[in-house]
Amino acid sequence: MSNLLSVVTFLPLAGAVLIAFLNSDAKGNARWIALWTTLITFFVSLLIWYHFDKSSSGFQFVEEYAWLGPLKYKMGVDGISMLFVILTTFLMPITILASWESVEHRVKEYMIAFLVLETLMIGVFCALDLVLFYLFFEAGLIPMFLIIGVWGGKRRVYASFKFFLYTLLGSVLMLLAMMAMYWHAGTTDIPTLLNTKFPADMQWWLWLAFFASFAVKMPMWPVHTWLPDAHVEAPTGGSVILAAILLKMGGYGFLRFSLPMFPIASEQLAPLVFTLSIVAIIYTSLVALVQEDIKKLIAYSSVAHMGFVTMGIFTASQQGVDGAIFQMLSHGIVSAALFLCVGVVYDRMHTREIAAYGGLVERMPKYALAFMVFTMANVGLPGTSGFVGEFLTLLAAFKANSWVAIFATTGVILSAAYALYLYRRVIFGDLVKPSLKGLLDLSPREIAILAPLVVLTIFYGVYPAPVLDVTAASVKNLVQNYEAAVKPAAALLAP
Amino acid sequence: MIYTAIVFLPLIGALIAGLFGRVIGERPSEIVTTALLMISALLSWVVFVQVGFGHETHRVQVLRWITSGELDTSWSLRIDTLTSVMLVVVTTVSSLVHLYSIGYMHEDDSRPRFFAYLSLFTFAMLMLVTSDNLLQMFFGWEGVGLASYLLIGFWYKKPEANAAAIKAFVVNRVGDFGFALGIFALFFVFKSINLDAVFAAAPTAVGKTFSFAGYDVDIVTTIALLLFMGAMGKSAQFLLHTWLPDAMEGPTPVSALIHAATMVTAGVFMVARLSPIFELAPNALVVVTFIGTLTAFFAATVGLVQNDIKRVIAYSTCSQLGYMFVACGIGAYGVAIFHLFTHAFFKALLFLGAGSVIHAMHHEQDMRNMGGLRTKIPLTFWAMTIGTLALTGVGIPHMIGFAGFHSKDAIIEAAYAAHTPNNYAFWTLVVAALMTSFYSWRLVFMTFFGETRADHHTYDHAHESPPTMLIPLGVLSIGAIAAGFVFKDYFIGNHEAEFWATSLFRNESNHILHAMHGIPAWVGFAPFIAMLTGFLIAWVYYIKAPWLPAATAKAFRPLYLFLLNKWHIDELYDWLFVRPAFAIGRFFWKGGDGAVIDGTIDGTAASVAAVTGRVIKLQTGYMYHYAFVMLIGVAALLTWLTYNAGLLGSVVR
Repeated sequence: MSNLLSVVTFLPLAGAVLIAFLNSDAKGNARWIALWTTLITFFVSLLIWYHFDKSSSGFQFVEEYAWLGPLKYKMGVDGISMLFVILTTFLMPITILASWESVEHRVKEYMIAFLVLETLMIGVFCALDLVLFYLFFEAGLIPMFLIIGVWGGKRRVYASFKFFLYTLLGSVLMLLAMMAMYWHAGTTDIPTLLNTKFPADMQWWLWLAFFASFAVKMPMWPVHTWLPDAHVEAPTGGSVILAAILLKMGGYGFLRFSLPMFPIASEQLAPLVFTLSIVAIIYTSLVALVQEDIKKLIAYSSVAHMGFVTMGIFTASQQGVDGAIFQMLSHGIVSAALFLCVGVVYDRMHTREIAAYGGLVERMPKYALAFMVFTMANVGLPGTSGFVGEFLTLLAAFKANSWVAIFATTGVILSAAYALYLYRRVIFGDLVKPSLKGLLDLSPREIAILAPLVVLTIFYGVYPAPVLDVTAASVKNLVQNYEAAVKPAAALLAP
Repeated sequence: MIYTAIVFLPLIGALIAGLFGRVIGERPSEIVTTALLMISALLSWVVFVQVGFGHETHRVQVLRWITSGELDTSWSLRIDTLTSVMLVVVTTVSSLVHLYSIGYMHEDDSRPRFFAYLSLFTFAMLMLVTSDNLLQMFFGWEGVGLASYLLIGFWYKKPEANAAAIKAFVVNRVGDFGFALGIFALFFVFKSINLDAVFAAAPTAVGKTFSFAGYDVDIVTTIALLLFMGAMGKSAQFLLHTWLPDAMEGPTPVSALIHAATMVTAGVFMVARLSPIFELAPNALVVVTFIGTLTAFFAATVGLVQNDIKRVIAYSTCSQLGYMFVACGIGAYGVAIFHLFTHAFFKALLFLGAGSVIHAMHHEQDMRNMGGLRTKIPLTFWAMTIGTLALTGVGIPHMIGFAGFHSKDAIIEAAYAAHTPNNYAFWTLVVAALMTSFYSWRLVFMTFFGETRADHHTYDHAHESPPTMLIPLGVLSIGAIAAGFVFKDYFIGNHEAEFWATSLFRNESNHILHAMHGIPAWVGFAPFIAMLTGFLIAWVYYIKAPWLPAATAKAFRPLYLFLLNKWHIDELYDWLFVRPAFAIGRFFWKGGDGAVIDGTIDGTAASVAAVTGRVIKLQTGYMYHYAFVMLIGVAALLTWLTYNAGLLGSVVR
């Protein structure tokens, strides 16, 4: 019981080791081991969710061991991180299945890369020590580099190099900030740091350093341009994990570090975040409108959706933070599903160009239905999971500043425009292109991949309580601490 | 239980036909959805009698929905008189349209999909009218928008249908932009978006201001106007109307159900439902009246010159919705809902009749290629005539008449009683009534009278529709005749107060219904005269002297083209919004992302690459090197950190 988090974190690594010892041409075995590993990991994580105490705002399942010198190995989850672990473990088997047939070369290495990546991602959400967090956070880049660089498309070198450069800058600054925190507080223990009050001017520098890292991860405008390229070049599985989990590390970082540890800086710099969020929503939505590549369009739409997340987080209110977390989880499901949908047609046609498609509903009605559900979730239709987060963050934004809400709400018009325009060009219309005439509808494997995502998209849209209940207590605690920290400062500033 | 059944039976039908339509086959899909809707309709009438005449508000909690901090919303059904009226309208018309579609769509390959969409639409509409909080209303609101999108684009091979579907969704979203902001503002001010809580708290906000978009504005007025923006989108009011005529690309039964009888009236329903808020915002009501009047006039002028049979009726719908908003704007909510109620019958009748004509003419919709069909399809002719009599408001002044006579004339009288500046609303509506009469009879004359202009083959093969299509026409005809005089006492007459009970709210200073009784007698005759004049002009133009229309169009060519092109609003929007959006998107993409941001990054990247290139070979194309460098870097930094940490740790200790 007490080691469940370590178990769930390192199970995938164990699977990876197992695959590494396999005979090098045992493609099938590698796939099956990866699938079983991720499935078992998922079930273990469900066990954690089951035993998770929703009424508590503190860290649970805490493990603590001495490690290198003063550094500790400390793990734990609270209401904010709990569901990101579940999201990760849930999507991994789906990703493995999605790569079942489309990855033919270096299968062993591919599966190992993904399993290692899973360990590192879960680690990020569970780590309760700065250094441990940093290790997981940065090391996660390596398997992702490899996935894009080895199994990617034609311009993979450019894409992965861009990815590398962007993230490197952020991580160096974050590392410096972490060291400064250690010098100041004398510990790298996250729960202790959460209760440490940093001086206001120091908060500014720390906040900016962390921001550099998380804003790139998110990604926020204007440091978002690595994302479309990375997505376009990444194999389907890579895109799924990139969009669904890796982007969420930025948002998680804001919630774990920036907001609770540097509340004064957060409050003062919130207008900056709001501005960048609004620009992200409007700018990237308009850019999405004119894309000619399906994956690029969805990538830009991801940036716009993450704009709602950053906006919600920095309203520092219950609805805003609840909404931001929900939006991240929902986007994890929906963007993963959309990239899987692209993968489905890419596997058949080997092109992502929108113009190469048209009239697919004629040959692929099941596919059209699934794609419609995800498109509507992307548009934020009430009754899908996409609506809940958008609604809550906008509701909170209105309270913070009505201008922010007005600008951000235009996003609902623009998202409808680009998403439906995409759907029309790919799915609707007359099927005239000869190359499309022989297309086959979803295979049973593809249905097994997409069906759970369809179900969850609608289920959480209709009944979001299982998610909101988990986050409620921790978020309430976070918001209360934030307000307590900000109020005296505001009172001092006021004449 | 009965309420839950009414709302969820259509959903069950939609799921069966949508998910298993291919398995169970086409005919069973049709039967299941239609039968479930008929049960739902039957139950709705039971509820209408129970609630409408029992004066109680019932609530059913279904499921928790979004809860976060103070926000607490659930899926729940609220049943009062206003809801029960809407239940009856929605389920009755919907079940008739289902039945009609069995005949109308019989040649189509994807009927299960069609019936699934129809039932899905009905479910969303029922969720809208039964909502007990604004969030569920918004769900229904967008849900009907989705169904409308799917049904307009049902014939997905037609590019025009796809374009119209997207246009409908996006333009509605513009309205929803306002609706959503209205909900946010409500929550900001009242800490709740549940109807009863908001209604109870609204009076406390009267006269107070809050900061919105940098201005200090009146709370209630601002909220009412934001919400009304949503109503304008859904109910196709002037400026946000452009999607409705294009929506005629969808199959005709869809036009009857969604774009005439039910969905487009959601805006009127919303204003009536939120009357406790709107009544507190007289300035917002002035805007509602103005927009309603303008739409009634604008749409009627465009309707005068259209040649597509469905588009004439579409503009007529737009115009009639304007009438309803006028009634809302002057505080006569009961009158507005009464017109909504009667309009549902006769406008659905007109659309289904038009569908029957189109069916008979093998998908011909241009009235210039019709004529002389009276003898070919007599039952359809009579149905359309009854619909026209109801729409134009034929009746004996101060006595009795067809459905529209009671409801539309009541709006015109109320407009007089409201004393808008210069009585502009009253006079505009009278003129619009004249135009309504003209274009309606023009439609009848061009379609059914005179020598036929259809080609011989089509005309000879024109045939009356099957019973599945004629029965709905018959039922709706009865509604178009009787819905007015049977229900007027309850909706707007002596029993009005007890009928509506608490479901509609009127301020203490609102005496509109009382004032309606004190108007001069000639006011009652005004719409009658307008109706008669319109009829006579149409008769002269299209029966007596058929050369006149062309001559008039030639004489007033600029005006004619202006109307024919719908006041050029579509072109204006294309020029103002659509093209710039794409141009700006392209500029941001190539200029912003490409030249500026990536330019900077690539520049940096190039110099970095130049440096590292000497150390490791870039050309291999694999990322191992980078990963390796990264790993070394991380390890080095970690070592440094551990070393320092250890040092500091020992110092601290």
